[in-house]
Amino acid sequence: MKPFTTLDATACPLGLTNVDTDQLIPARFMQTPRSKGYGQFLFHDLRRDGDGQLRDDFPLNDPRYATCGIVVARKNFGCGSSREAGVYVLVDQGITCVIAPSFGDIFAANSIKNGLLPAVLSEADIEMLLNEPSVVEGRGIRVDLERQQIVAGNRVFDFAIRADWKKQLLNGWDDVDMTRSYAAQIKAFNAADSQTRPWAQPAKQD
Amino acid sequence: MKSRAPRTIIDKIWDAHTIVQRDDGDCLLWVDRHFVHEGSHHGFAYTKARGAQVARPDLTFGMADHYVPTRTGAVQPDDTRRMIRQLQENAAQHGITCFGEGHARQGIAHVVAPELGITLPGLLIVCGDSHTSTHGALGAYAFGIGASEVAHVLMTQTIWQSRPKRMRLRIDGTLAPGLSAKDMALSIISRIGTGYAQGCAIEYAGSAVRGLSVEGRLTLCNMSIESGSRLGLIAPDETTFAWLRGRSYAPQGDAFDAAVADWRQLASDDEAVFDREIVLDAKDIAPTATWGTSPEHAAAITAHIPDPASEADPTKAEALRDALAYMDLKPGMALTDIPIDRVFIGSCTNSRIEDLRAAAAVLAGRHAIVPGLVSPGSGTVKRQAEEEGLDRIFTAAGLEWAGPGCSMCVGMNGDVVPAGERCASTTNRNFKGRQGKGSRTHLMSPAMVAAAAVTGHLTDPRLLTEGRQP
Ligand code: SF4
Repeated sequence: MKPFTTLDATACPLGLTNVDTDQLIPARFMQTPRSKGYGQFLFHDLRRDGDGQLRDDFPLNDPRYATCGIVVARKNFGCGSSREAGVYVLVDQGITCVIAPSFGDIFAANSIKNGLLPAVLSEADIEMLLNEPSVVEGRGIRVDLERQQIVAGNRVFDFAIRADWKKQLLNGWDDVDMTRSYAAQIKAFNAADSQTRPWAQPAKQD
Repeated sequence: MKSRAPRTIIDKIWDAHTIVQRDDGDCLLWVDRHFVHEGSHHGFAYTKARGAQVARPDLTFGMADHYVPTRTGAVQPDDTRRMIRQLQENAAQHGITCFGEGHARQGIAHVVAPELGITLPGLLIVCGDSHTSTHGALGAYAFGIGASEVAHVLMTQTIWQSRPKRMRLRIDGTLAPGLSAKDMALSIISRIGTGYAQGCAIEYAGSAVRGLSVEGRLTLCNMSIESGSRLGLIAPDETTFAWLRGRSYAPQGDAFDAAVADWRQLASDDEAVFDREIVLDAKDIAPTATWGTSPEHAAAITAHIPDPASEADPTKAEALRDALAYMDLKPGMALTDIPIDRVFIGSCTNSRIEDLRAAAAVLAGRHAIVPGLVSPGSGTVKRQAEEEGLDRIFTAAGLEWAGPGCSMCVGMNGDVVPAGERCASTTNRNFKGRQGKGSRTHLMSPAMVAAAAVTGHLTDPRLLTEGRQP
């Protein structure tokens, strides 16, 4: 995975509350192999009207944010279904940072695994950021993960991120590599566990 | 013996599964059961890409549910057929037991695993599906994971997790006759909201919860995720043990009794401290249905749709306006005046035998004035329902009796609610477009869905069951 250090990109002031993963990607697109690219499905049913035409009033369709790498939203971003495709649609569209006051638990965890930074700002800061001219005019802002700062115009916002997630994103680490380094501990756990919880094995195999 | 501080059931299961704790507090946990479904193909693809093997195929179970057809003669696109085939192929290749399409016990993972005793108290269970919380009903620590985590579990049989906040939700008293666990779940979410329990593991306790059957507990735990929590569980008790005894994958004979002795120790210690406690009274719970586009947009059947104008919080008011616009409803309207176009009885929330009995009790001898689909949660439930003659009650009422699967809960298999139609549904999510593009969903109990089918609008089911067998 590519390490995430700093990101200079335009930010789309999406502003939506309670964006759930069904909105991020409607379920019917989930059978598509990832190799085909998921970006085309991002916000599919919100971006388009009944005839499949792009709606002018949806922020992501605004030419100023066409190539945005960052999305700014209101609380509870990524709630709902655990589908990781909710992160794929963003990453495949080139969006590697979402800034919001809070995130769906599973969505946030999935973000880290895909190199997308879920940056947490207070609700007051989010309101300021949504109205910040460099955001609104699509001039680009900077996200600095090491410093945990967002620099937008003359403003600097400090964001929150779990320490371990930060480390993983900065290093571009893969979970499986990390876990395999604990092989000896896993073996010891299994040896003890099979004594204390014999009932944990499925009784029947068919 | 080492004396310990009092612990909750959440801590006890967590501690029993901790392999190592990292400096940042995250723990590597052992996984006892892993359920894979058609949507797990990304996980298998990762595993293959790394040239890795499935670490513990004996603890992994395949369940075809999201994409399987449920109606005879259904024609599915090639992509869908490929998904269903792929699960079976991946399972066969890695030596995983699979309840695939056509298997006599195939069904929704969250219905099949408990009924076969694959789910047991004290186990840590994961699945790439958010409603994995369902299995908490038997006292398991069960939660949904993402596709990369599915790959991680396939390759290592472990998972990294941060400790959840512990929350106890007690419901004391007795649920009024004619009400079900679904009314309880919707009522809870309408009170605490969809974000309140974020980051929490919930233990449901109190006499009203104890009084639920295992089926009811499965419904309650199923909807835990809708309050934002990671999972919900109920300490196993005599009801749990009696229900599990003799199930095919559960320990048998003396081994079962020995297991029960261990499972009794799981209950939270008397002095255990929770990070949050909520106490509700069962008498405050009424038959409940949703009117909006979030499970928290729920109200008692006697209530009226709230007016966004009287909502002080502007963000909430906007969300209400948006929900009402999508649902094509007006503030102040009585819930019982909401007409419906279609009904669906099924999903991991409400497709078990008790759910079907409750719906059939309302429908017996009556006609549905709207079309509808009834999809039992598993092949096992389907056969039992047919033995009891429930299928004939549904078909005589004019509803379609389908096969087991997720079906119209999410529409991935092609069972969709047409755009603009309003569906009374026993499922767990009423998000925009959840049951098909442009579909409108009202969540409620099986009895209330059956009542809506008969009257054509949201209806207190007790009006139709008075004087009838429960
Ligand atoms: S029945 Fe619905 S909620 Fe349950 S697993 Fe299937 S799609 Fe998910």
